[in-house]
Amino acid sequence: MPKTYTFPMGGIHVNKYKNTSDISIEFAGLPEFVTIPVKQHIGAPSKIIVNKGDKVKVGTLLADFDGVVSSDVHSSVSGEIVKMEALPNANGYEETMITIKVEGDEWEPSIDRSPDVVKEINFTPEEIVQKIRESGIVGMGGAGFPTPIKTSIPEGKKAEILIINGIECEPFLTADDRLMQEYAERIIMGARVLNRALGIQNAVIAIDENKQKAIDELQRLSKLYIGVNVRVCKTKYPQGGEKQLIKAITGKEIPSGKLPIDVGCVVQNVGTTFAVYEAVLKNKPLFERIITVSGNACAHPANYRVRVGTPVSFLIEKTKTSMDDVEKVILGGPMMGTTITNINAPTTKLTSGVLLFKGAEFNKHHQTNCIRCGKCAVACPIGLRPYAIKDAFLHNGGAAELKELHALDCIECGCCAYSCPAHLPLLDYCKLSKQELRKK
Amino acid sequence: MLKVSTNPHMQTTRDTKSLMLDVVIALMPAAIAALLFFGVDALRVILTSVASCVMFEYLACRYWLKNGNTTTDYSAVITGLLLAYNLPSTMPCWMILIGAFVAIILAKICFGGLGCNIFNPALVGRVFLFISFPVQMTVWPKPYFLKMFSPDGETGATTLRMIKSIGKTADSSQAMYVLEDLPEYWEMFVGNTGGCIGEISALALLLGFAYLLWRRVISWHIPVMFIGTVLLLTSVLYWTTGNAKFLPLAHIFSGGLMLGAIFMATDYTTSPMTVKGQVIFAVLCGILTVIIRSFSAYPEGISFAILIMNAFVPLIDKFAVQRYFGEKK
Repeated sequence: MPKTYTFPMGGIHVNKYKNTSDISIEFAGLPEFVTIPVKQHIGAPSKIIVNKGDKVKVGTLLADFDGVVSSDVHSSVSGEIVKMEALPNANGYEETMITIKVEGDEWEPSIDRSPDVVKEINFTPEEIVQKIRESGIVGMGGAGFPTPIKTSIPEGKKAEILIINGIECEPFLTADDRLMQEYAERIIMGARVLNRALGIQNAVIAIDENKQKAIDELQRLSKLYIGVNVRVCKTKYPQGGEKQLIKAITGKEIPSGKLPIDVGCVVQNVGTTFAVYEAVLKNKPLFERIITVSGNACAHPANYRVRVGTPVSFLIEKTKTSMDDVEKVILGGPMMGTTITNINAPTTKLTSGVLLFKGAEFNKHHQTNCIRCGKCAVACPIGLRPYAIKDAFLHNGGAAELKELHALDCIECGCCAYSCPAHLPLLDYCKLSKQELRKK
Repeated sequence: MLKVSTNPHMQTTRDTKSLMLDVVIALMPAAIAALLFFGVDALRVILTSVASCVMFEYLACRYWLKNGNTTTDYSAVITGLLLAYNLPSTMPCWMILIGAFVAIILAKICFGGLGCNIFNPALVGRVFLFISFPVQMTVWPKPYFLKMFSPDGETGATTLRMIKSIGKTADSSQAMYVLEDLPEYWEMFVGNTGGCIGEISALALLLGFAYLLWRRVISWHIPVMFIGTVLLLTSVLYWTTGNAKFLPLAHIFSGGLMLGAIFMATDYTTSPMTVKGQVIFAVLCGILTVIIRSFSAYPEGISFAILIMNAFVPLIDKFAVQRYFGEKK
């Protein structure tokens, strides 16, 4: 039995529901229209460089990055731009989106569409970062932080290890799992590209125990390549959290308010790594991703390869699920995802899952009094005391006290609210406290 | 119409009610031991206590408190069981009713109900009865196995009172006489020793402890540190003074230590919330217990020790903070 890695503080065990991990990735198909938001990342919205009426191809640049923290946005289909206006996003807020009427499926000629795995990297680190930037790659684990910033190491800092995050600790989601099972070699090449960009030979692909097929496949292939290794982590939530993963693999703890690079680490999601491979070695911008459609109300759960901008409702129809059976639609996982009201909203580069739920298990339970059991503090992987943050927020609301309780360190994993026997919305109090502190 | 809610969208099924039910289950071996050693009288005390606690809780929630009904979450059942376990089997029913009133209404509801009380309700009830009715609270019917089939009215002293009397007597031959009268350690362990109905059988209480650990209702810290401290202190005192009133194993296996350490000091609401705080709390409980048992007029000190430490819980909670992630060790 090889050594398994994990983080020592807090964490919870949740039902996995990974019933789609053996279902192959399947192309979702082309909808009639796609709506592509111009902001699918943290930072400034991108600058639109196309006009209404323009004909675009798959991979055509639609919006250019604007400012340091920003990202390019490409067309995911071929067709005609019919609308460029503010439309409601999944949460009902208006956002600028580009609507394209789909006509055929014509790709930009620069994209290498052959199925061969490219194994040669003939680029300098600067060229790689430039290519990642031009391909509009952002952190696909959900944060949406532009990847070129993470791959260019700031002055005075040094990367020692690249961790490829293949943990996917959220229940139901299997997009990363399938990607690792089916495209293992491409992920390893992506890791090598990132190694090159960072100037190191030390990439570790971290996978949790419950993905045995992905582990076997990557372990077999990683032996053929220098500088890429596989580490098996314990199945525990939130093992995939950046801080928890770095702690598990390197034993180092990121101090409060610091970044992974401060302890010599760069963490990239496997989806991002795959996108890096395609961008750098196949010239393919980021315009499609793997999305798990599942949940207890989903008739035929599946893993789809989805073009960015495809409406959520298109995917739901694809699984032959009747919306009459669905009470809740969640983008992302059940622990950290958000419920949506507008199912005509588009999926983005950050959508890892569309979960359809019904019934009591996935609804909020009845709240009772806090019985001071302390289970929230035991579950918190950051060592916070959510009960104290709740009290400070409700009774005193003092910023000084919230700061002293390290409320800003909260990673919003939801372990506290999950484990609370009184079903108190502890995570909500933590989030509100963070907002309160950021105001000042 | 789709529902919206904040994340997480999954929540544990281990709600308050299920945790409390586990505590009730963990208390059952002690109830069986009580029935075996004290007969149907024990059953009478337990049923009276539980029924009156639940009744007071219901009335208070129905007519007084406005934040939901906590009658059905088994917390009042636990209070009732613990109160009963802290009484002798001869306790009259009307006194138990008064104890239940003090426990539920004064110690719990007056503070705001479930989760808001500072002191352990069952212990407040017990101490109230102990001070109000000292005679009835210190009559100890002689236990023997399968008593329910041949009840008799004989009474005796508890083991702790016996060894305490040794410390007072100057006559060494009388001390020897008392020592011979002490039950064997295995008798104390299984429960064949005088005392309150729920505290006699260390074996039954340890079974309950194992169940609580297995079900992850409590962690080991409070019971182990509490009992460990008492064991350590009495051992040191016994070996240095040679006085039989410090007999370490008698202190562990008789009296209310097991019941207190496993079921009352671990009460969520009245104990600290972090592991560090729980250890401090338990060690101080242990020290206070030995001090009260050895140097006060009372042979037994668990209830007072826990109640005194309950008062310090807010202070402990303020300072016993766990290490934050990324903070230097």
